[in-house]
Amino acid sequence: MTLAACVEGIGLVGPGLAGWPHARGVLCGSARYERTRTCIPSPDALPAVERRRAGKAVRISLAAGLEAAAAAGRSARDMGAVFTSSTGDGENVHAICEMLASNDRMISPTRFHNSVHNAPSGYWSIATGSQKSADSLAAFDASFGAGMMEALSRLAADPDEPVLLIAYDAPYPEPLNATRPIPDAFAVALALSSPQRSRRGATITLEPGGTSIDVLDDSQLEDLRRGIPAARSLPLLRLLALEAAGRATLDYLEGLPLTVRCS
Amino acid sequence: MKPVLLSAYTTTSCLGRGLAPTRAAFRAASSGLAPCRFETVDLNTCVGEIPGLDDVALPPGLGRFDCRNNRASEVGLAQDGFLEKVEEAALRYGRHRAGVFIGTSTAGILQTELAYRRRDPASGALPPDFDYRRTHNTFSAAEYVRTRLALTGPCAAVSTACSSSAKAFATASRMLEARLIDFAVVGGVDTLCLTTLYGFASLQLLSAAPCRPYDVDRDGISIGEAAVFFLLERTTRAGSIALLGAGESSDAHHMSAPHPEGQGARRAMELALGAAGLAPEAIDYVNLHGTGTPSNDAAEDVAVHGLFGDSVPVNSTKGMTGHALGAAGALEALLSVIALEEGRIPGSPGTRVVDPKLRARYEMRGAVRNVQRVLSNSFGFGGSNCSLVFGRVDGQ
Repeated sequence: MTLAACVEGIGLVGPGLAGWPHARGVLCGSARYERTRTCIPSPDALPAVERRRAGKAVRISLAAGLEAAAAAGRSARDMGAVFTSSTGDGENVHAICEMLASNDRMISPTRFHNSVHNAPSGYWSIATGSQKSADSLAAFDASFGAGMMEALSRLAADPDEPVLLIAYDAPYPEPLNATRPIPDAFAVALALSSPQRSRRGATITLEPGGTSIDVLDDSQLEDLRRGIPAARSLPLLRLLALEAAGRATLDYLEGLPLTVRCS
Repeated sequence: MKPVLLSAYTTTSCLGRGLAPTRAAFRAASSGLAPCRFETVDLNTCVGEIPGLDDVALPPGLGRFDCRNNRASEVGLAQDGFLEKVEEAALRYGRHRAGVFIGTSTAGILQTELAYRRRDPASGALPPDFDYRRTHNTFSAAEYVRTRLALTGPCAAVSTACSSSAKAFATASRMLEARLIDFAVVGGVDTLCLTTLYGFASLQLLSAAPCRPYDVDRDGISIGEAAVFFLLERTTRAGSIALLGAGESSDAHHMSAPHPEGQGARRAMELALGAAGLAPEAIDYVNLHGTGTPSNDAAEDVAVHGLFGDSVPVNSTKGMTGHALGAAGALEALLSVIALEEGRIPGSPGTRVVDPKLRARYEMRGAVRNVQRVLSNSFGFGGSNCSLVFGRVDGQ
């Protein structure tokens, strides 16, 4: 069975990649890639209280999601959301584990509610006012692929509700970083709609399986792809940047890649 | 949506290991809650602990997954004939046609909490025996199940706090309907850890006594743990028990407090009924989220009474099991299935005097009833809501 979607808008926050217009130039070869630390955006869409409490994962996922929705010309209120991440908010987890190993285990309520994997989707719904369903998935290195499967099967089940797929990862501080090194923060968002209802943007199809996984020619971009689960999306983003028909084979689960075709 | 067959299931919680002790506890309306003696926890609260997890060993070759959470999964997978049923499905459809979707909120984070006590004094490094990927990481809960069952199709952990394992059913049913998979192992696994115990303590949401959902004196939750698994298939037979509908929504209100009028909860229930093609009066019993905090039960009551009035019996089973957090959706799905099998609504141990301000038809005692369709609610932090409808196919 093949799933399909129209990619109406893209948002991106990553190391040396500030927004989709810039990243598109890098990925189609018209601009040089210069790796710099990810610039963490300010979560201006949140009310003041939540803005203060928002960690990196919330900030990058919110920025990428809003960019994709705006590019699609849609209000995020009308869209379902699929969040997917390997790790969530690493700094917060680290702080909690340090406190629980100390003599004073009384973690703060904000630390606790920020520790849930779906914190970015919770902040997202508060920022956008969307009361639509929001998923929050985790699949370690396969998280982007898991999000694609979920987002496109949502469109198949309900073609009338466009979906935002938001994949994000943020690094852990030490000592967890040594056990799960994620070099920098990265978030990508795709505003997706059913081809039965939309003809805007590139049409993609998705099916599990495929042969060898696509790699990127630029060694720095390839490092990103390998190093950050959400950046496993880069071969697909390159295809979308080129605005040409073609195929991308994405890393998903061990022994099970995903094949995306673009027309 | 098309009904999805529940062709096998198994449960592990403080009510016991396996279906038989769970059914017995269901009939007796007994509670598995007891004062917390877990690990080094110094909180005045009760928990619903799975008996004997410290003595469980994972099968050879899977030792790197060893943690309390995966031990609970191992107990679940190995009982009630579940492995055999999955094997039959794998032979029938192919191992690559299986989806594995497991709801969890904290997976094996206890392993990291313990490892932080053993950091290298000089470098601060975690001990070399610590396996982040296979214990702490949220996906470990799903990866263990997929690896243990040698299934090779799509897989994800669903982690939306206390609605996680209810939403795992919705994810699996969409993939079945899209024919990306032919069968699915769906479940919820969450086990006791310090993050949730001290976290809920920080929010002042832990009751000192066993929790009392809907009681006039309710004062908080009791945390439980569970590992519950279902085998899902597309083909249903008349009379078989199936998932009939799922509804999901977001509150868009607050990170840890429900919408006071239960707007998101109401929407999730309406969507679930719509997906099942049923009117509210077709439901014979509502298994509430019913955590036992003053504000959660009040908000849910507004939504449930608004939709069902006072004609449909409702109650919460958390007085029996405690709140199994990310596993609560699957655990309460299982108790809903027992209600259908037994033609009986469960009791609500702990609840003594129903709060007169709450208006839904709360039943404190279990009773034999004609139960053909059940709606089960699961709501979580981040304003994540999911309602599921279970029932007999064709209303037989």
